Amino acid sequence: MKKMTRKGFLKAGGAALVVIAGKRIAGTEGAAAAPPPPPGALTAKRWAMVVDLARCREKEGCTACIAACHREHNVPQFNDRAHEVKWLWKEPYANVFPENAAQYTEAAERGGPVLVTCNHCASPACVRVCPTQATWQREDGIVMMDWHRCIGCRYCVAACPYGSRSFNWEDPRPHISHLNANYPTRTKGVVEKCTFCEERLAKGQLPACVEACPAKAIVFGDIEDPKSEVRAVLRERFSLRRKPELGTQPHIFYLI
Amino acid sequence: MRDQGIIYAGLVLFLGVITLPITYNLAAGNTSRPPEVKLPVNSKQCVAPVEYMRVSHMRLLLNWRESVVRNGVRTYRTLDGRTFDMSLTRTCLEQCHTNKAEFCDRCHNYMAVKGPYCMDCHVDPKLAATAVASAAKPEAQP
Repeated sequence: MKKMTRKGFLKAGGAALVVIAGKRIAGTEGAAAAPPPPPGALTAKRWAMVVDLARCREKEGCTACIAACHREHNVPQFNDRAHEVKWLWKEPYANVFPENAAQYTEAAERGGPVLVTCNHCASPACVRVCPTQATWQREDGIVMMDWHRCIGCRYCVAACPYGSRSFNWEDPRPHISHLNANYPTRTKGVVEKCTFCEERLAKGQLPACVEACPAKAIVFGDIEDPKSEVRAVLRERFSLRRKPELGTQPHIFYLI
Repeated sequence: MRDQGIIYAGLVLFLGVITLPITYNLAAGNTSRPPEVKLPVNSKQCVAPVEYMRVSHMRLLLNWRESVVRNGVRTYRTLDGRTFDMSLTRTCLEQCHTNKAEFCDRCHNYMAVKGPYCMDCHVDPKLAATAVASAAKPEAQP
């Protein structure tokens, strides 16, 4: 056998390092692929919701969607407004679209309150500030929460320009009238909000509010799919988004 | 040895005090027997071998949580090929360990495991049933 020189040894070592590095890079690229969705699940490139306000106001004082959502997700009802927890609720027009409210538009605003929830922004401020990554954006655009990881710092509550996040100041369990065993509750010290019913989407069901609306005022679908229903209604009618000037790119659209 | 009586009395007292934890438990009927957990009746095989579950069930549940919440993978495939929904409530508690108090709690209490906080949020189906029943009662009255 030929004797290994120092030069030969260094050459062989360098070649081995290059091979190992190459394998590492190839390996991490392969592992980064997202796991396949469960069979039967509703999937989208980018989920979005359209609320038709005219239809929503057809039945005055209707809260079917709110009731369905809060029942489904064990959202507590606190009588004290300071402790309020809400995923989906109604807000006066002037509060929802302050930039579109003028002193002469009062009559139009009297049309009724506007349904609001988490906007699942494309550029969510809450995600940027969360120190524990308890809230993050999924690939399909849903701004998700991992309540296990939430430490209750409320940075996200402060960051969200839409007030879409609620904090549990007290133990919510005693304030839930109908406990739904299929969905967890939260504990004291945890922030919660709408998750676009990701647990229902995984089972192939539409969000609870969409399903519960008697006037079919809420349209939900893939906004990246040109053939989807959300794209169809947005093509035909004028829509508003909340505080677009902030650049958060909300994905809840309102048909006026 | 004039203080014989005092010394022996002191020794007896000392032994009594130092063995108090043992005698106290004996008198109270507490023994070192392991807890009698109630095993599921409607299924024989857990999602993993019993030895693994006994030691690492918390790790399995943590993996499930990570998988469901963060990766969106909700189905668990066991080593012998069966598939389960990764859910503490719907799979573990509803399908097998229907009696949480006599399975989970009994062992946790025995081992003095303070607060796996799972049940602070995840709902025991039994609790939900009673809660709904009690909530429905006042509505039933006209």
